[in-house]
Amino acid sequence: MCDTCGCNITPGNEHLVQPGGRLARTGDGREAVTVLKSLLSENDHQASHNRDHFDRHGVLAINLMSSPGAGKTRLLEATIDALGDEFSIAVVEGDLETENDAERIRARGVEAVQIATGSACHLDAHMVHDALHRLDLDGVDILFIENVGNLVCPASFDLGQHRNITLLSVPEGDDKPSKYPVMFRAADLVLLTKTDLLPYLGDFDPQRAERCLRQLASEAPLLALSATSGEALEDWFGWLRGELRAQQERRDRGETARPRIQPDGARLHADMHSGHHHQHHHGDAASGGS
Amino acid sequence: MHEFSVCIALMQQVQQIAREHGAGRVERIRLQVGPLSGVEAPLLQHAWPLAAAGTLAEDAELVIESAPIRVQCSQCGAETEASANRLLCGACGDFRTRLVSGDEMLLADLELSHIDQQRAQ
Repeated sequence: MCDTCGCNITPGNEHLVQPGGRLARTGDGREAVTVLKSLLSENDHQASHNRDHFDRHGVLAINLMSSPGAGKTRLLEATIDALGDEFSIAVVEGDLETENDAERIRARGVEAVQIATGSACHLDAHMVHDALHRLDLDGVDILFIENVGNLVCPASFDLGQHRNITLLSVPEGDDKPSKYPVMFRAADLVLLTKTDLLPYLGDFDPQRAERCLRQLASEAPLLALSATSGEALEDWFGWLRGELRAQQERRDRGETARPRIQPDGARLHADMHSGHHHQHHHGDAASGGS
Repeated sequence: MHEFSVCIALMQQVQQIAREHGAGRVERIRLQVGPLSGVEAPLLQHAWPLAAAGTLAEDAELVIESAPIRVQCSQCGAETEASANRLLCGACGDFRTRLVSGDEMLLADLELSHIDQQRAQ
């Protein structure tokens, strides 16, 4: 993988490996070892394994991220209510404590596994892997992984998902993408939630939220909706149907997809396999190229 | 917040590499951590002694380098410097840019010393 084939050498770090090759001696006789490996390579390795597992079962895996209380579980409930007959859905729930969210999902007749992270502020690929042992993916079309509510840490850990969705709820304020660039840059789709509250929170400007997102060089679609009033949910369902179709087509071709932004090693590794090293731009991931 | 998890993962990698090279001690660890990596260098520095305590990297110097945020414009082709929440092209202002550097989170290299060297010293 990346650590042996050298595909994680970038224009920014190649100077490290050129003189003296992979091994060099320092002046005082110590051995210098060039590594150039992601700090999270162990997690990334497990994430690839998870992704293979999803692909083998023909499952589209989606990672939902947001602040606590932005409406991730509510969105899932509304989605299950509307599409439960059309698709088979399963859910992995991540929270520090309680089984509450998994119980809400199960109450709608959908299989859900709760991960209680204790004090961990994010899910990682190993936690998701353990949860998969408690989940029968046969016949499942879409697996939602509801990450721990947190706009910081979850963005750094690949879980093996195909797509990232970041929710921004109206009460949080329209400048959140500027304040949490790493999180919002990671999104393949941004959902502006709780739009039924816009009349009461007059200083939230949806256009400003979109401007903040574009300033992160993100071309991710931004959909405004309310799971409570049902406003614009059809746009979200349309996106989901399109992604599921794309996943089925990729599976037929023996391909997979990663979220648009992944940490260094994983992204460059994917590029290497698709044969266009350093040529990708943001549109590629959306079309399933990488 | 998640820097301690990152330090634990780093520690496991460092120990494995040191074992593979038969090293007695890790002297220096060099990381590349960009401003858009999602990891804060000062927090890594603080968490590191906790992760390294009692290991062969206990006394290692942890050097964290940061590459500037640079983007390449897909419209005009210019490569320019940018900031974390403003990744627009510095030449034409377009938002359709690609990050060239600034999101690295890499273990760059290690300096190891061997048991025989330590005895000789």
